[in-house]
Amino acid sequence: MIGVGALVAAAAVAPTLPSYPLTLLTQVAIMAILAMSLDILLGYTGLPSLGHAAYFGTAAYAVGILATERQAGFLTCLVAGVLLATAAAALFGLVAIRATGTYFLMITLALGMVVWGLAFRWVSLTKGDNGIAGVPRPDLALPWSLAAPLPFFYFALVAAALAWAALGTLARSPFGLTLQGIRESETRMRALGYDVWLHKYLAFVISGGFAGFAGVLWAWYNGFVSPVDVQLVTSVETLLMVALGGPGTLAGPALGAAVIVFLKNFVSVYTKRWLLILGAVYIGVILFAPRGVLGALRAPRR
Amino acid sequence: MDDVELAVRPGERRALIGPNGAGKTTLFNLVAGALPVTAGRIELFGRDVTRMPSHRRAALGLTRTFQISNLFASLSVLDNCRLAVQALTAAKFAMHRPLARDAVLRARAEETLAAVGLADRAAATVRNLSHGEQRQLEIGLALAGRPRLLLLDEPTAGLSPAESAAMARLLGRLDPAITVLIIEHDMDIALEVARHVTVLHYGRVIADGTRDAVRADPTVREIYLGA
Repeated sequence: MIGVGALVAAAAVAPTLPSYPLTLLTQVAIMAILAMSLDILLGYTGLPSLGHAAYFGTAAYAVGILATERQAGFLTCLVAGVLLATAAAALFGLVAIRATGTYFLMITLALGMVVWGLAFRWVSLTKGDNGIAGVPRPDLALPWSLAAPLPFFYFALVAAALAWAALGTLARSPFGLTLQGIRESETRMRALGYDVWLHKYLAFVISGGFAGFAGVLWAWYNGFVSPVDVQLVTSVETLLMVALGGPGTLAGPALGAAVIVFLKNFVSVYTKRWLLILGAVYIGVILFAPRGVLGALRAPRR
Repeated sequence: MDDVELAVRPGERRALIGPNGAGKTTLFNLVAGALPVTAGRIELFGRDVTRMPSHRRAALGLTRTFQISNLFASLSVLDNCRLAVQALTAAKFAMHRPLARDAVLRARAEETLAAVGLADRAAATVRNLSHGEQRQLEIGLALAGRPRLLLLDEPTAGLSPAESAAMARLLGRLDPAITVLIIEHDMDIALEVARHVTVLHYGRVIADGTRDAVRADPTVREIYLGA
């Protein structure tokens, strides 16, 4: 309910906003998709992935390359981006799902670094450190061009609402309950007859696909794709969005995305030490609101 | 485990007793597939399952309970049961439809809760249940999948005498078609549920027979019953 209210409120105030806050809200919408996709792993399945930027970045690069070198349109970019991210998750999942806890975290981190390394070093494809500039926004044959901030904001908002609805349906389905069961007790799930590996793997792949969806939007939004999009800091920020907002809910990570995006942009006006602030926020959350802002606001369950 | 040979007939009620460290839970873990077998062979309903993963053994009709309650602590009692009911159905893969609208699943989950005396606690979060209620749910989760073979690992662990008696009544009401293997420290409970007893000591079977024969066995009296 709060989520629907936030969406409606954002849609209502958007036309009155100057372009800078509007681009920040657009960032929030896209990052909310990324954070919600990670929450399927972290909050529902209990798998702390520290390499989510890999799938986000893979999709962003796919769009960057296809849109600049092949002049690919909306559908080609969208499908290729999401499919490539899903494929990357399907491949990495085979390696990562065998591990649990901290080891899972380390492996996903390492796999994320592999993608970062490729983005950085495979210069003929990715243009390396220079990044891919001039990624055009798609033409949807609408009366409003997505090149303008306001139409693109609405575009991102609709995308976020769709992702939220889809992931919400997943979370409330029998499969969603299965994921929560795995989070609570893997040994019991096995004893009951669940192939725990398979369900974790499916969650990993689905999560990667949605991260890719966010990556596609990000490439269009930013018009520029570079190794920054796949670097560790992006993964860490995403993890923090989920932890800050409240893992195991979908509105929580979206809220966390809003806090992090606004904080990052306002703080970086005053200091270059944004990561220091990020670290402090993280420690604060762990100490004072281990279930996130949304978890702390809700009536204590104990 | 060392050279343990155990054959349980369909419908049999067998108690597994022995002092701490005798290997009772280890044997359960081997049978259920939670631990790998290094030597020997396990057959289930006439099939060799020695290398089969636990979830596939569960699909064949084997379920177990845990000595230390192993539940889904932050979920509701009803959702715990739903997970147990949907475990062996294809519905567990459904991603597009809401769980709450599955009336069949809900009915079967509620039926299971009623069978273990938790019908009025369906909405409670599991971590808020009393220890006794958690032990009841432990049995409920095992029964929800309609098993053919049930491994009960100390169902009365940590229960008061009154709760233990209630648990014994609950176990006495189990469908006679279910084969039951029970680990129990409380001899009264063990002998109430099972007519046939196997005694383990340091990973070996030291006695095996009817309860009276086992009670009379001099080795058993010496090391276990302490009489």
